[in-house]
Amino acid sequence: MNGDGSAVELREVRGPSALGGGRRRALDLLLLIAVTEFKKTYFGTALGYLWSLARPLMLFGVLLAVFTQVFRIGDQVPNYPVLLLFNIVVFGFFQEATVTAVQSIVNQESVVRKTQFPRLVIPLAVVVTSLFNLALNLVVVFGFILAWGIDPAWSWLLFGVVLVLLFVLTTAVSMIVSSLYPRFRDTAIIWGVAATVLFYATPVLYPLEVVPDTMRSFISVNPLAPIFELARTSVIDPTAPGPVDAAGGWDGIIAPVAIYLATCALALWTFTREAPRIAEQL
Amino acid sequence: MHRSGRSATARAPVVIEARAVRKSFRVPHQRIDSLKERVLHPFTRAEYRELDALKDVSFDVHKGEFFGVVGRNGSGKSTLLKIMASIYAADSGRIRMAGRVAPFIELGVGFNPELTARENVALNGVMMGLSRREARTRLDAVLEFAELEEFVELKLKNYSSGMMVRLAFAVMVEADADVMLIDEVLAVGDAAFAQKCMDVFQAKRSAGKTIVLVTHDMATVQSLCDRAMLLHHGELLHDGDSEEAALRYYRLNFSGEGGHGAPADGGIPDVHARVVSASLEDESGVRVDNVEQGRAIGLDVVVEARRELERPVFGLHFLNAEGAVVFGFNVDPVDEDGRPVAAMGPGDRVRIGGRVQNPLLPGRYFVNCWVFRQRNQSGALQLIKLLDFVVYGTSPGPGLIDAQADVAARLEPSP
Repeated sequence: MNGDGSAVELREVRGPSALGGGRRRALDLLLLIAVTEFKKTYFGTALGYLWSLARPLMLFGVLLAVFTQVFRIGDQVPNYPVLLLFNIVVFGFFQEATVTAVQSIVNQESVVRKTQFPRLVIPLAVVVTSLFNLALNLVVVFGFILAWGIDPAWSWLLFGVVLVLLFVLTTAVSMIVSSLYPRFRDTAIIWGVAATVLFYATPVLYPLEVVPDTMRSFISVNPLAPIFELARTSVIDPTAPGPVDAAGGWDGIIAPVAIYLATCALALWTFTREAPRIAEQL
Repeated sequence: MHRSGRSATARAPVVIEARAVRKSFRVPHQRIDSLKERVLHPFTRAEYRELDALKDVSFDVHKGEFFGVVGRNGSGKSTLLKIMASIYAADSGRIRMAGRVAPFIELGVGFNPELTARENVALNGVMMGLSRREARTRLDAVLEFAELEEFVELKLKNYSSGMMVRLAFAVMVEADADVMLIDEVLAVGDAAFAQKCMDVFQAKRSAGKTIVLVTHDMATVQSLCDRAMLLHHGELLHDGDSEEAALRYYRLNFSGEGGHGAPADGGIPDVHARVVSASLEDESGVRVDNVEQGRAIGLDVVVEARRELERPVFGLHFLNAEGAVVFGFNVDPVDEDGRPVAAMGPGDRVRIGGRVQNPLLPGRYFVNCWVFRQRNQSGALQLIKLLDFVVYGTSPGPGLIDAQADVAARLEPSP
């Protein structure tokens, strides 16, 4: 105890927050947790990666049979099978991430209540883990696309924009549901249903242009709709109407864009509001 | 006392500065945690009981201090630690700290049984505030400290619980925080492990680290802490000498203040010794409940050791109703041949009996028995409440005791 006289700088303890403890630490934790979770899914089971691919493939098989043999929607849409597979995998990312995120903070209870931990890292790590899954699945999907006979095009680069838009929206939704769950435990059930509704209300199984006008005005409000339309024109079918045309002009795209931005704003507001108190709610 | 006390560290810079920290929890009478309940009863505001966990607590901790935080269950000490660790947010007031702070609320936070020791050390290290690179470079040191070098690639689920605790503790030691906030992690593991913890804390303190320890174990507070604070129902009752903090803690437990729990059991389990029987006798050796003023007090107490007690000493304190020690004395046990007892084994009993001159004024009194390890050494093992009795009489007199006085007042012849 040689009480060195060196000046000791006191810093305010600000309490827990979304990014408390510094960005550097948040990033370290985010990567560590995401990679850990990812490893767990792939090395935890005997068949590892195959399982995570099997699920979208099974769903794809069933839906392909239904929509080409029973409803025959596939006849009206060029490259329908690859479009379907592609959409299922991309939507799978959104669904998996948001549904897993709901209970993520409660599942990480020990960490939240026993260390200083930037709250935002928890739902974000879930989204990043799902993003790793998506990346692996997309390798297979792009293999299918090439095998189907679609040639690579410069427009594929636009898919990067799709990913960014989708990643931001997924993160926003994950932030909302994960911060609400500790207070309202039925968020899990509600969001589970909502995610299924969204699956049908998003142009995943069908492109927007085959939807009757009455329904289309509903569906085009969905912020996921323009994202999927953009994905379709840039990767699968350059001749397909873009997000603007499919929504019926620039007027039609205002609503989904507004909802998209509102969701992001709501996410920031709810999460920063809930973050300091989350540990007490658990 | 061998400890340096307040004066030695008072010159060291302040590393924790808490000012008027306030925290209350809203405890709902009935928890509303589903939307349905919200929707069905939209206008019934949830009824809350405000529970003040901390009421305007202020204190300073200096660099290199070993600072104890003591208090009974629910006194707010863990809440305070969590606020310092940025786990809870304070309602008002502010805390400022210097250097890297690491909380040790529990050993091995975030340990994942599916991962190998290597991966867990990295994860846990980052949680303790290291960067990823730092966590990686310390891996060897951690494994060496834990003596688990051969098991680095073994998944944690295949570890024994002892190995897991060793690994977790090693990460904590190597996390190298400037301010360590520790919440009774010592409670895990066996006596040897607890001793190792103590040695490590001592070494950390010598290296200029600051340690804040929340604990129930007064022996630790008395032997290790430079200073300690006592919290009671969220209020700071004492901030300073750790011996004093421990004493006041015992008093809180034994005076029954606050009305929680039976005072006879206190908050302290009979870990080291327990009382088998305790009774009072009057001058003629008849068992009595209360004694008359001025008449000698006969004691007959049997205490049983529950663990190995090395060179035990029993300190008997007579306390008045306010909890002040009126007088006390120590008793060294001897064997049949009158030789000092070197050690008592578990189950060994000692009978403490004899006469005590009674200077007590009328009122209610308590007799407590401290069990010490050795005389002239800090570290009371335990405090046992023995007796609760009344001295009855007719001359209340001023002060605390009747003094045997041979004093006369004679009129001086006028000059």
